[in-house]
Amino acid sequence: MHSPQRLSAFILFLAISSSVCAQQTDDLLSLVEKDAKQQKEYVKSAFKSSRVINGHSMEFLAPGLMDFRILHRFGLINQGYSNFFGLDQASMRMGFDFGITRNLMLGVGRSTYRKEVDGFVKYAPIQQSVEGGSPVTVALVAGVTLNTLPWANPSIRNYFSSRLAYYYQAIVGRKFNEAFTLQVAPTLVHNNLVPLASQPNDVVALGIGGRYKVTKRIALTWDYHHLFNGIVAGQNTHPLSLGMDIETGGHVFQLHVSNAVGMNERAFVTETTGKWTNGDIRFGFNLSRVFQLGKRKSAEKAW
Amino acid sequence: MRTLTTLFLSLLLLPSFTDAQDRWFTKSGRIRFDATTQGSPEEVAGNHSTVVCVLDTKTGALQFSALVKGFQFKAALMEEHFNENYMESAKFPKAEFRGTVVDNASVNYGKDGAYKVRVKGNLTIHGVTKEVTTDGQIVVGGGKVAAKSTFNVPLADHAIEIPRLVADKLATVAKVTVDCTLEPLRQ
Repeated sequence: MHSPQRLSAFILFLAISSSVCAQQTDDLLSLVEKDAKQQKEYVKSAFKSSRVINGHSMEFLAPGLMDFRILHRFGLINQGYSNFFGLDQASMRMGFDFGITRNLMLGVGRSTYRKEVDGFVKYAPIQQSVEGGSPVTVALVAGVTLNTLPWANPSIRNYFSSRLAYYYQAIVGRKFNEAFTLQVAPTLVHNNLVPLASQPNDVVALGIGGRYKVTKRIALTWDYHHLFNGIVAGQNTHPLSLGMDIETGGHVFQLHVSNAVGMNERAFVTETTGKWTNGDIRFGFNLSRVFQLGKRKSAEKAW
Repeated sequence: MRTLTTLFLSLLLLPSFTDAQDRWFTKSGRIRFDATTQGSPEEVAGNHSTVVCVLDTKTGALQFSALVKGFQFKAALMEEHFNENYMESAKFPKAEFRGTVVDNASVNYGKDGAYKVRVKGNLTIHGVTKEVTTDGQIVVGGGKVAAKSTFNVPLADHAIEIPRLVADKLATVAKVTVDCTLEPLRQ
């Protein structure tokens, strides 16, 4: 800036830039928006619920939310009219899920099937983000189930640990667009006690779940778990569920047909007995009602 | 010679400086939107605190821009529905207003005070642009200029559908309150 030449060049530059700016009055916003920092934004609403149908989805509850879930699985549809296509019988699970942080949630539940209590923790170390970040969400689930039925044979020495089973999942999912989401979930279920010697304690499965949004409030869903071991001929099979999510304000209804009756990972992965090919399918629904427990500080600012 | 250069220099610089003072902006403006039905216990309202606003005091041009996802609700689920089902923020990420202060000449930006103005322009919400005119206030004071207004936006004007199921919980006209305190824009 010391030489007169550079000074005049600087003055000229200022004069030109000011006159140029004066002409750009039609788009004032671009003057300040162009240098606006893009905040990292995580993809939301990959699924309408934290479950695809039976299995966990890549979706998390928002922090401070409690999700009260009532699940029903009815009898076999092919029982016909005498059992009103299965609706005369119902197996249920009642559960409470809690959103702790953006990527951490936990839940507890109890099923009538084997009078089972279950609990889980779900954590996502990686979350899909809108631009620049990860293209997928990776969520890890660890759960435990506790069978509270009376001992089948009280005369022998029974161990409490025999009531327990564990499951571990790694969900890798991606919301491809507003309508379509797909996830795979390698799953390990460990039963401390299995009823037959021919059954393994550890069952490895691959969950494949997805949804396709038909309208803003209705989505088609599918949830399949392929078992790599632990299938005993004539006993159990791979669970497959096809469903429809309907969102009505505060509720999400997940209606579906499935060959599985269990409503926790241990039960539906290792104890699905019905075969689609035999028409052994049942109607079921998950009802999810979300309550806001914690206050959202950011939204409570005085106006 | 030296004085001449200084004079020449200041003359040249003058327009650029006045220009800088003509333009005022903020990136932390506030907008509140309220679509609560009268008598409904459920508050349907969202607050935004990162609204971008630019005002040109010379021409009266006034522009606002807000990322729809930036509206924060007391209930997380309401915020999700607002984005997913009503505003479709993935498809229409921004809400904008581009207009002018009609009676800009009556505002003395050099003198502290509150000036009532009329603002006219195009309001774009949910991808639908609508011409609007509304009353507002320009408040000059403490080296800052504030733009304030409260006006109504009929949701139907912007093709925002309300399902019959929630018709009793959602007003058909949203009350929008704008409060942006602007600072000089330096370039």
